Amino acid sequence: MPTEILMPALSPTMEEGTLAKWLKKEGDTVSSGDIIAEIETDKATMEFEAVDEGTLGRILVEEGTEGVKVNTPIAVLLEEGESADDIGKEEAQPSGGSEAKTEVKESDKTDKAPPADAPVAASPAAAAPKPPRTPDWPEGTEVKSTTVREALRDAMAEEMRGDEGVFVMGEEVAEYQGAYKITQGLLDEFGAKRVIDTPITEHGFAGIGVGAAFGGLKPIVEFMTFNFAMQAMDQIINSAAKTLYMSGGQMGCPIVFRGPNGAAARVAAQHSQDYAAWYMQVPGLKVAMPYTAADAKGLLKSAIRDPNPVIFLENEILYGRSFDVPVMDDFTIPFGKARIAREGTDVTIVSFGIGMSYALQAAETLAEDGIDAEVIDLRTLRPMDTDAIIESVKKTNRCVTVEEGWPQGSVGDYITGVLMREAFDWLDAPVISLTGKDVPMPYAANLEKLALVTADEVVEAVRKVTYR
Amino acid sequence: MATRKAAAKPNVSADELKTYYREMLLIRRFEEKAGQLYGMGLIGGFCHLYIGQEAVVVGLEAAADEGDKRVTSYRDHGHMLACGMDPKGVMAELTGREGGYSKGKGGSMHMFSREKHFYGGHGIVAAQVPIGAGLAFADKYLGNDRVTFTYFGDGAANQGQVYETYNMAELWDLPVVFVIENNQYAMGTSTKRSTKSPSYWERGAAYGIEGEEVDGMDVLAVKAAGEKAVAHCRAGKGPYILEVKTYRYRGHSMSDPAKYRTREEVQKMRDERDPIESVRQLLLTGNHASEEDLKAIDKEIKDVINEAAEFSKESPEPGLDELWTDIYAKDIPQGEAVEA
Repeated sequence: MPTEILMPALSPTMEEGTLAKWLKKEGDTVSSGDIIAEIETDKATMEFEAVDEGTLGRILVEEGTEGVKVNTPIAVLLEEGESADDIGKEEAQPSGGSEAKTEVKESDKTDKAPPADAPVAASPAAAAPKPPRTPDWPEGTEVKSTTVREALRDAMAEEMRGDEGVFVMGEEVAEYQGAYKITQGLLDEFGAKRVIDTPITEHGFAGIGVGAAFGGLKPIVEFMTFNFAMQAMDQIINSAAKTLYMSGGQMGCPIVFRGPNGAAARVAAQHSQDYAAWYMQVPGLKVAMPYTAADAKGLLKSAIRDPNPVIFLENEILYGRSFDVPVMDDFTIPFGKARIAREGTDVTIVSFGIGMSYALQAAETLAEDGIDAEVIDLRTLRPMDTDAIIESVKKTNRCVTVEEGWPQGSVGDYITGVLMREAFDWLDAPVISLTGKDVPMPYAANLEKLALVTADEVVEAVRKVTYR
Repeated sequence: MATRKAAAKPNVSADELKTYYREMLLIRRFEEKAGQLYGMGLIGGFCHLYIGQEAVVVGLEAAADEGDKRVTSYRDHGHMLACGMDPKGVMAELTGREGGYSKGKGGSMHMFSREKHFYGGHGIVAAQVPIGAGLAFADKYLGNDRVTFTYFGDGAANQGQVYETYNMAELWDLPVVFVIENNQYAMGTSTKRSTKSPSYWERGAAYGIEGEEVDGMDVLAVKAAGEKAVAHCRAGKGPYILEVKTYRYRGHSMSDPAKYRTREEVQKMRDERDPIESVRQLLLTGNHASEEDLKAIDKEIKDVINEAAEFSKESPEPGLDELWTDIYAKDIPQGEAVEA
């Protein structure tokens, strides 16, 4: 049967084009790969190659014709033994070409149809089953005062003891014992095979970590600070976060990227940035940002066991602070479960990471004035325990969020949006999203102080939303 | 010239030659069909064809053993077919259907097969290079003697992360073969307009990595070089670089008018250096196969491709609920590697 040659789509957006020139004429022999015509698309003039072999039996669209729709038959190719007389015989029955056209239409149709049952603000992370609202550890458990630094180290050491596939890599993690001493002692216990010093090459070692995770290991990649992870952003987002989806579920990436995040002290613009809102945006990533040592330990252990890429945002200023950590064989904190750090009835203050220190400080001050604040520590930003926030706001009717990052596209703005959609009728005042100032971090001590969010600003914001 | 060089090698059996002929032809016919389906609107977006470069992957796969890994860029159809992935599943991924390797969610540039140790299919130029070294890192860590083939083009070879990776791969003696598929054009920019360094493989010397240039239009030369590189890696000597000189006949992607080179240049390569034609001539002149034998192979391949194309049209589009799946894993899918 003669084969129809169809007007090809030669770019992702082409719907029609001009048949600029025929390079073969009727009766010419055509073999696969021969250029038979020149076609002008919406972008350029393209050469059109033959796929099948045969003789050009008839040209159906003359050169110079404009507006030729994609998939229109433009010529007919004859196989050995066929003649031009055979053309037309097949018109009675559907040809391969028209079959294809129907198919395209059909797929167009389904493309445009919105998934009827898709939830409007659906995020699979948010839709994940919520852990029960139980205490983080059983009542009566012995606790030990531990620094955040020690807690993080203990978490890694425990997980490394339990799983041969867990290893740590990064700059100065081994022989130097960690730039911030988080990996102190790990080299001695686990050896150079599992505690690996890398050259200063974030993009490269982040990618090697991702490859190792694809290859069956569970890497913990330490960034000396998250400021340097911007060099590795492509590997974190495009390779680690998206591959499970792009592989139809075949290839997950169990990796932890951890390190200090946010402002330290007097290190100025390039070394003082909070990335919480950046990473929180990405489907495929999980994001933790602990405040206490217990959360640092319990969440890091969960992060290492998690089959997904986890961004673990620590804080240099918090490393040296001590908190109670339960003495338990295997203490973990699940992702997506906020902690009510302080119960209250007059206002909900939501924060995470170092923001919690300002929130708690403000709550103390407010208590002296008779304002009883509830303080929620989110602990993980993705998945985020928005239920805890909503539940609290339904009780207090007011909300202030506190974070160190920049205002536009902040975590607080996201929470504000959630509350407007889910708790509009319970709000007695607009939500205030308190953030760092909208400037690069200055070096001068007085200006730096001004750029950061403070407990005083939290107090002031609470007074605004409580009208007191 | 390729023919003469190849003919000088005595230790190739007729069966081997026929296998390479069949495998290269499978890739070429597959790509031609993909181009056709793109033209019909059945394949969308970007589609980068491998036509002209077939000898590279077929030669290197001939040097690989079971369990060796491979990772490449977005010009990945040839690599998938050469490592034994099912043409039906690959084609159905191109058409965005449920029967595709990624259930239609990855497309031409993003496909994977854990079974065949094919780790993608990566859309960001050079991102696969550290990933390939990471796969090799995992093999070394787990104490097996597997090798990872990490493919990238002459365009990717100018990215910084390649050199970060070279440095660590050699530092840690990772069993990775870096395969630079130098097809002479990074999209529309020729190598001459991209760099003044005379060759890409020689850059490895700065990191202590050995390597060599290979005639990528000669499948036997590629195989021989691949065997040498693999032996180097398996002996624990660290990475090896192969700069394989090849040529793509088609544009960078389907929407590339390829005005940066002449039609004569492309035609000359096709006429004088075609990797499939040269094996065909070897088979015929050496009396290893008759015209009829080769015709039978051609027919067999044509049937396989037609079957793949049919499957890729008939397989339904993914269900709408697929939009929301595979974002987070519930357990670690690659646990077996750690247990082993």
